[in-house]
Amino acid sequence: MATYNDLSLHVRLFMKGYPFSRYAIEPGLCANLSKPLHQSRVALVTTAGLRTTEQHGFDHSNKKGDSTFREIPTSIEAQTLIESHRSYAFDHLGLAADTNLAFPIDRFRELESRNVIGELNHRHFSFMGSIVGPGKLIEETAPQVARMLREDGVDVAFLTPV
Amino acid sequence: MCCQTVCLVQAALEREGITTVSISLLREVAEQLKPPRALFVPFPMGFPLGEPKNAELQHQVIAAALRLLERNDVPALENFTPNQNQTNKQ
Repeated sequence: MATYNDLSLHVRLFMKGYPFSRYAIEPGLCANLSKPLHQSRVALVTTAGLRTTEQHGFDHSNKKGDSTFREIPTSIEAQTLIESHRSYAFDHLGLAADTNLAFPIDRFRELESRNVIGELNHRHFSFMGSIVGPGKLIEETAPQVARMLREDGVDVAFLTPV
Repeated sequence: MCCQTVCLVQAALEREGITTVSISLLREVAEQLKPPRALFVPFPMGFPLGEPKNAELQHQVIAAALRLLERNDVPALENFTPNQNQTNKQ
């Protein structure tokens, strides 16, 4: 498992000084599974900074981080997605070799065909996780994605960082 | 910061009644933010599902994460351990 000690000195010092506890999630927040997984509609959410070829890239110049998101259609061919994450804290070569490493759409298609999950939602979402000032994310864009997925009738979301 | 962003989006989804589970690459972050359900994986940053083009390992991670969906004793924060066969293959 990665720990702070695995990070570069610069990143480690930043992470140790960052006030993560300020953004702690309220205790007890829990949406219980309302139906068996094999009947559930599932959406993927990644913070890997993925986008389609038609979409604009994420803004690397915003010091607080770009809180916008990209909608990824479930019909997408994973390897056509473009990774435009600005972070230098991770090795980008893994994701370049296999987008499923952080956006496992092919794996979930296989689970759908095996009836492990009910079905994949028609869309999924991608953020660029390098957001050091998450106010807009908390107040606007994350709730916006949550409402869109609720309106889609999504039961379960699987989230991946990078 | 990716792990924090995942946790914050995860919380927004749960508030809308969507059951969530996340992969976590940095224990220190998830333990401070306390998302409802997270699977700590023993992989480097950038490799949340283990290895590129290793569908078997990716499925193992996903299966372990999906098992957490039934947990309502939140925060349910668990470790992922690759099975021995997979470990030998690497």
